Amino acid sequence: MKARVTVTLKTGILDPQGKAIEGALKSLGVDGIASVRQGKVFDIELAGADKAKAEAALKDAADKLLANTVIENYRVELLG
Amino acid sequence: MKSAVLVFPGINRERDMARALKLASGNETAMVWHAETSLPAGTDLVVVPGGFSYGDYLRCGAIAARAPVMDAVRDFAAKGGLVLGVCNGFQILCEAGLLPGVLMRNARLKFICKDVHLRVERSNTPFTRGYNAGQVIRVPVAHGEGNYEADEETLKRLEGEGRVLYRYCSADGAVGEHANINGAAHSIAGIVSERGNVLGMMPHPENHVEDIMGCTDGRGLFAGLVAHMDRAA
Amino acid sequence: MHSNEPKITPELVASHGLKPDEYERILKLIGREPTFTELGIFSAMWNEHCSYKSSRIHLRGLPTKAPWVIQGPGENAGVIDIGDGQAVVFKMESHNHPSYIEPYQGATTGVGGILRDVFTMGARPIACLNALSFGAPEHPKTRHLVSGVVAGVGGYGNSFGVPTVGGQVRFHTRYDGNILVNAMAVGLADADKIFYAAASGVNMPIVYLGSKTGRDGIHGASMASAEFDDDSAEKRPTVQVGDPFAEKLLLEACLEIMAADCVIAIQDMGAAGLTCSAVEMGAKGDLGVDLDLDAVPTRETGMSAYEMMLSESQERMLMVLKPEKEKEAEAIFRKWGLDFAVVGYTTPSKRFVVKHGGDVMADLPIKELGDEAPLYDRPHVGQPARAVIAAREVTPPIGIAQALQKLIATPELCSKRWVWEQYDHVILGNTVQRPGGDAAVIRVEEGPKGLALTVDVTPRYCEADPYQGGMQAVAEAWRNITAVGGRPLAITDNLNFGNPERPEIMGQFVGCLKGISEACRALDFPVVSGNVSLYNETNGRGILPTPSIGGVGVLDDFTKSASLAFKAGGEAILLIGETQGWLGQSVYLRDICGREEGAPPPVDLAAEKRNGDVVRGMIHAGTATAAHDISDGGLLVALAEMAMASGIGAQLLAAPASTVPHAFWFGEDQARYVVTVPAAEAGLVLAKMKGAGVPCSRIGTTGGDAIAIVGEDAVSVASLKDGFESWLPAYMAGKA
Repeated sequence: MKARVTVTLKTGILDPQGKAIEGALKSLGVDGIASVRQGKVFDIELAGADKAKAEAALKDAADKLLANTVIENYRVELLG
Repeated sequence: MKSAVLVFPGINRERDMARALKLASGNETAMVWHAETSLPAGTDLVVVPGGFSYGDYLRCGAIAARAPVMDAVRDFAAKGGLVLGVCNGFQILCEAGLLPGVLMRNARLKFICKDVHLRVERSNTPFTRGYNAGQVIRVPVAHGEGNYEADEETLKRLEGEGRVLYRYCSADGAVGEHANINGAAHSIAGIVSERGNVLGMMPHPENHVEDIMGCTDGRGLFAGLVAHMDRAA
Repeated sequence: MHSNEPKITPELVASHGLKPDEYERILKLIGREPTFTELGIFSAMWNEHCSYKSSRIHLRGLPTKAPWVIQGPGENAGVIDIGDGQAVVFKMESHNHPSYIEPYQGATTGVGGILRDVFTMGARPIACLNALSFGAPEHPKTRHLVSGVVAGVGGYGNSFGVPTVGGQVRFHTRYDGNILVNAMAVGLADADKIFYAAASGVNMPIVYLGSKTGRDGIHGASMASAEFDDDSAEKRPTVQVGDPFAEKLLLEACLEIMAADCVIAIQDMGAAGLTCSAVEMGAKGDLGVDLDLDAVPTRETGMSAYEMMLSESQERMLMVLKPEKEKEAEAIFRKWGLDFAVVGYTTPSKRFVVKHGGDVMADLPIKELGDEAPLYDRPHVGQPARAVIAAREVTPPIGIAQALQKLIATPELCSKRWVWEQYDHVILGNTVQRPGGDAAVIRVEEGPKGLALTVDVTPRYCEADPYQGGMQAVAEAWRNITAVGGRPLAITDNLNFGNPERPEIMGQFVGCLKGISEACRALDFPVVSGNVSLYNETNGRGILPTPSIGGVGVLDDFTKSASLAFKAGGEAILLIGETQGWLGQSVYLRDICGREEGAPPPVDLAAEKRNGDVVRGMIHAGTATAAHDISDGGLLVALAEMAMASGIGAQLLAAPASTVPHAFWFGEDQARYVVTVPAAEAGLVLAKMKGAGVPCSRIGTTGGDAIAIVGEDAVSVASLKDGFESWLPAYMAGKA
């Protein structure tokens, strides 16, 4: 089973990388970009087909390691 | 003073630290592999040195913080043992929950290696008794992720409880944006835990303990720890 | 042989970078058509980067021996004896073409590759240096390339844990389409525990160590041997990605298995990966090699034999193991989390046999793969000598003070602090002299010995007169080491040139080598390792000839070294060496007068040796309180550098009547140093120099807060420093 965990910075946490990317996009002439915040995507393959079990495992993975819950949020999606 | 230096894959300043500890204490430090589940008997000080443990993958210090040996370190700290984390070590201690906050990417996004000045805020702690309060010392930094951040409440507590021990400043001791090399909140370079026995700092005092490096301001930190242990003995 | 491989066609041969006559050579050698995998193997072994086919006939002329040389060129790195059972292992290598395409990864893998070359011989790396050449500042790609390359160099070295302590950074329009990234690594080993690549013993296990093999860099070595054209951007997928963490683990694991006496031979997998390393190990040991690719750890599925043989995945080593030590070695590698696989055996057959899936994919004569590589004596033609520029015919457009202020803030001469503050240069706690001086000085373990390390070359001199330029590059490296008090021992050369199929480029190569050889001989400064990078051209426009010289010297007592900063006011400033005022090819002539012309300053090797030995003697005796060798920008720039590093100015006498002032202050005459001595000792020193026949004069006194020449406007040290430190950061921020 394929899944995706997306980890993003909590609102309010300063993101200098996101700011640098905004600036670079502007210099490249890409219009209309108001703001950019950089996050991480983890593409994960799980054994088995039990959706509930998978979600629980992914949440566990995110809480324990993939996200630093002091400064980051996460979202879990099962892709089938 | 018996010290133990933790070695995770990718740590690279363990020898620098071992040399500083030997010079200060006269003893060889024990090198403890990350897979160990206990610390050497009689350890007085645990040091988490600098480097790029696990390649800084995921987040700096994230994987090292979850290594087997860290449980032993947590127990040791809970019992009041002294723990010093430098650079990657500071990052590991934050990820391990032994210190609050997090170290993020330097504000100007580039790795910085240069000498900086630090103001020693208090001298009545094991980690600063080798200095006078308000003393300005010069030590090198070498990091890409030294920007200390924590929520407002945590920062208030840290300041209120006098737990910021080292702060970036100019040569004359002035704290401000001009001297804040990485954008750290409140120019914080080093903080101590609630109980005062766990210190995390970004700069490298262990690289300024010999004349050859042009400055020996780092000695005070180690001498102070030795003195503290001797007094307790 | 396998039938699923593509059929060999002339287009396929050409796309592998093999010329028709080279292909004929293959047919003659093996007596049949090669398989696709064999074609790949030949294309890797016979391209310029691996076979040195255009250069090796000329490299043979380089002096490579001295009593302190343990290993000269031909191994992964050079080895010199520094006494007390210690040896220094070092080499410099280029990663030019990949860095142009993907600057961060190109630079990072360049550093990774050279570190492996050093530790594969049993040496723990203790310092890195690098020489970077970028295009003109106005060129649209320059900032991006500078940013990426510097981040990449730092990214790898800092993580791996070795201090990056020195180097060169230059900007010139001739590098617009072809930047140069030359990375040098220096390691320390026990002189009697050096490990070599030659396999020995029949039926010995050949072991693969390190990261898994992927499709990285397939045809990387071929790319290094081709000019760029407008389609080069498409080649991006072929750049390898480096993992310094994996390399740090590999370092520790390799040093452990070496200490545990498991290793017969060891070689890192660099250009042309498994192919080059396996063939060389066998060929050097006069043995055949049987490889079973089914055993190779891969990170991609379905890799073909061809791909596995040509992959340039990083952080991998090949080793011939003592069979009785297999379990012990494997345990050490598993501890560090690295792959360890027996992928073959040495054989008595002198054949290189590659099997995959039960089929023989290649069966080639192992020695001939290297020995029968094409050897070219390409036509080479020298250029007419440039005219000597007489100082009197150069009209100074601005005054001396203004010229100094302007020069110190040019891309050529400005502070490169923006670069080296991104490199950890204090890790290991042994950096006696940090970047910014004549040479880096590193303490060797706990001392008392130290090493002096430098990288240098003046490409515009090499373009104007390859022979003089080649000599000058070696002489300047020798001077840099001397100026910090070091005894120069040996060099590594990274020769970067354009397209060797053009006789004038080949002429530059031959000329530079001649000069290098002569200087090495005269100065007892042999070549122990090196690298050649050719085809640094885009759409027919080549780089300036750039033979980077990496020099290593030793200090018997690192505390008896000198740095260039003035130490106190009131000291006598002495100029050692003869000054005629040579403006040809000087930075002054180019950046102040707008003329890139003239013959370069001639090199007098006897004078270099004599003057340098005297300066070194003064440093060791403690007479010299500061020392600096004179190079780009000439005397006044050297003095400004000494002032800016200290905040102490200089009160200078007017230029001697026999010289033209701007030529005296900015001429780039060679074999010269500025030395300061306590005022009371000046008289004695001058007398001694006179007696020894060494040109030496007192030109002024340290002190004050300005560079003040009698009869000229003074320039404050603070304003010089401002210009000096601000150009590069402002440029990189988009403001210069």
